[in-house]
Amino acid sequence: MFNYTFHWRPAFNALPRMFEGALVSLQIAVLSLVIGTAIAVVLALGRRSDNRLFYGFATGWVELARNTPALFQVYMTYFGLGSLGIHLDSYASLLVGISFNNAGYLAESFRGGLNAIPETQTRAARSLGMGATQAFRLVVLPQMFRIVFYPLTNQMVWALLMTSLGVTVGLNTDLTGVTQELNVRTFRTFEYFLFAAVIYYLMAKFITLSARLLAWRLFRY
Amino acid sequence: MIEIENVRKSFGPLEVLKGVSLAVQKGEVLSIIGGSGSGKSTLLMCINGLEPIQGGRILVDGTDVHAPGTDLNRLRRRIGIVFQQWNAFPHLTVLENVMLAPRKVLGKGRREAEEIAAKNLRHVGLGEKLSVYPSKLSGGQQQRMAIARALAMSPDYMLFDEVTSALDPQLVGEVLDTLRMLSDEGMTMILVTHEIRFARDVSDRVAFFHKGVIHEIGPAREVIGNPQMPETIDFLKSVL
Amino acid sequence: MLETNLGWNDILFMLKGAGVTLSITAWAMLGGTILGMAFGLARTTLPWWLNAPLGAVLDVLRSVPLLIQFVLANSFKSIIGVNASAFTVACVMLSLYTASYCSEIVRGGILAVPATTRRAARSLGMTYRQDLAHIVFPMALRVALPNWIGLVLSVMKDTALVLWIGIVELLRASQIVVTRLQEPLLVLSVAGLIYFLMSFPVARLGARLEKRWHEND
Repeated sequence: MFNYTFHWRPAFNALPRMFEGALVSLQIAVLSLVIGTAIAVVLALGRRSDNRLFYGFATGWVELARNTPALFQVYMTYFGLGSLGIHLDSYASLLVGISFNNAGYLAESFRGGLNAIPETQTRAARSLGMGATQAFRLVVLPQMFRIVFYPLTNQMVWALLMTSLGVTVGLNTDLTGVTQELNVRTFRTFEYFLFAAVIYYLMAKFITLSARLLAWRLFRY
Repeated sequence: MIEIENVRKSFGPLEVLKGVSLAVQKGEVLSIIGGSGSGKSTLLMCINGLEPIQGGRILVDGTDVHAPGTDLNRLRRRIGIVFQQWNAFPHLTVLENVMLAPRKVLGKGRREAEEIAAKNLRHVGLGEKLSVYPSKLSGGQQQRMAIARALAMSPDYMLFDEVTSALDPQLVGEVLDTLRMLSDEGMTMILVTHEIRFARDVSDRVAFFHKGVIHEIGPAREVIGNPQMPETIDFLKSVL
Repeated sequence: MLETNLGWNDILFMLKGAGVTLSITAWAMLGGTILGMAFGLARTTLPWWLNAPLGAVLDVLRSVPLLIQFVLANSFKSIIGVNASAFTVACVMLSLYTASYCSEIVRGGILAVPATTRRAARSLGMTYRQDLAHIVFPMALRVALPNWIGLVLSVMKDTALVLWIGIVELLRASQIVVTRLQEPLLVLSVAGLIYFLMSFPVARLGARLEKRWHEND
């Protein structure tokens, strides 16, 4: 039954390349989270807006992001946007796809967070002479970020895991892409991908731990 | 001077202010008393433009609060307001709570804002609590912080909306003492309050609100000590 | 845009792919729920030195990209020489993945039942089993079911990844049609619509359930 010999040495030798790939994965994850967060704030406001166009746009984005596979969204940005004359390379389409996904999921968290902050906070800020934007930025947003910090952390881990989708649109610089290239050359599939799995796991734990540390530093109240 | 002329205000079909007129002179302390739902708190919100009005007008030093061209943000710098629920900003320390508006609204530097904030916090007796978060304060302390936060803008007028109603009975005193101090310093104040005896002691005049209109207004001791209108008599009997 | 080569045969081909998506989802939910309930229950009853390792193993499943888990499972199958189809591998792997999420949902449901309620049940003379069957399970279900429905939706979307180990489900079927017709935006939009139509009823059901139960609280 078991006539397979494991060869770990090539996988060990490939580790430096895989670490480089891991950095690229992490980079895409961080960028997509930053972009996604910025868009999500706008979408969350849209979901609470009385302007029907703004509301419809935000709702459409959120529904599309949440009800279709992330891989579908990456395909859309890689293959689909081409029909509109927008040609993105695999790195860019992966980044755009994951950012789109992040924004959709985070928008709903943010909306919940905004709803949890009493209207009286804005009122108190306005009564001190702050404009609407100032009150939102200085009083509401910081409080919202505490409420959504945990979902935000989760989304960061998901974003990292989603970066592995890049390989399906030909990305070969991220961790999965690098691993796949090594795999195609040697067919030591299990060994390489097991190493990749371990690296992803460690990165995910690293994100969770640093988020916890950050929360402890950030939210003293 | 705050001049309120025949102000009408409705929430949907419900009319809460049915033509209210009154004027508050510089340096005067006016208390507004009356049952809940009589429109007292709403009037305060209208004075600094937090609530729109449907009729009449409100002038603050001659500026029409509800005129379309009025810069409400600029106007509100001169009118401090303290709410029943103190509305501390929970993510900021006591000092930062008070610094925020001087820095961001008045554009003061960090150091100057810090000095202003610390001075006002010491004034209300919170000099020891500067770096504490509001959640660590009692209700009375949070309310005094809210007062300092409003004072830090150096307002010409202060509005107090039932500032002791949400407090535990044993904490009411410290907040009232702070108000008394401000009144002694000559601050122009409008107090909406349920503390009738306090109103009698600190205010120059008292206005009795009932169902959206002023039923009686006059010197504090007269309105509370010798009310003329049957509604005022009934109300005072029920609360004293 | 109005002139298209997308014909009924292509749509039918994609719908067949959607059938594969649904069937993998169903198998994964079946296996994942049974395993997940077992793991979830175990995690609330086992002593910590058994609970911690079980929790860690389940956590690994949530901390490694599913795509890589499929690749590993597929190659592991060849290594141990089991003659299983990619479809079977996909269902087994996705069941495990689902089980790890489901165990958290079950655990959350059980933990949501206050200890005082359980003590009250036991004080009435109920046995551990009766307490579980009549008190804990019905109460936990109310907490868990909306989350479980959410899990169905996310597993349905996750099935798209099995295309990487050679299974033609909805997304792969669409990709094949795209390659033939060179009309990616249109074809993918149709695929997106199918995904939406598959998940929308489930999502509505979940929202209605949650609303009804919250009204009774």
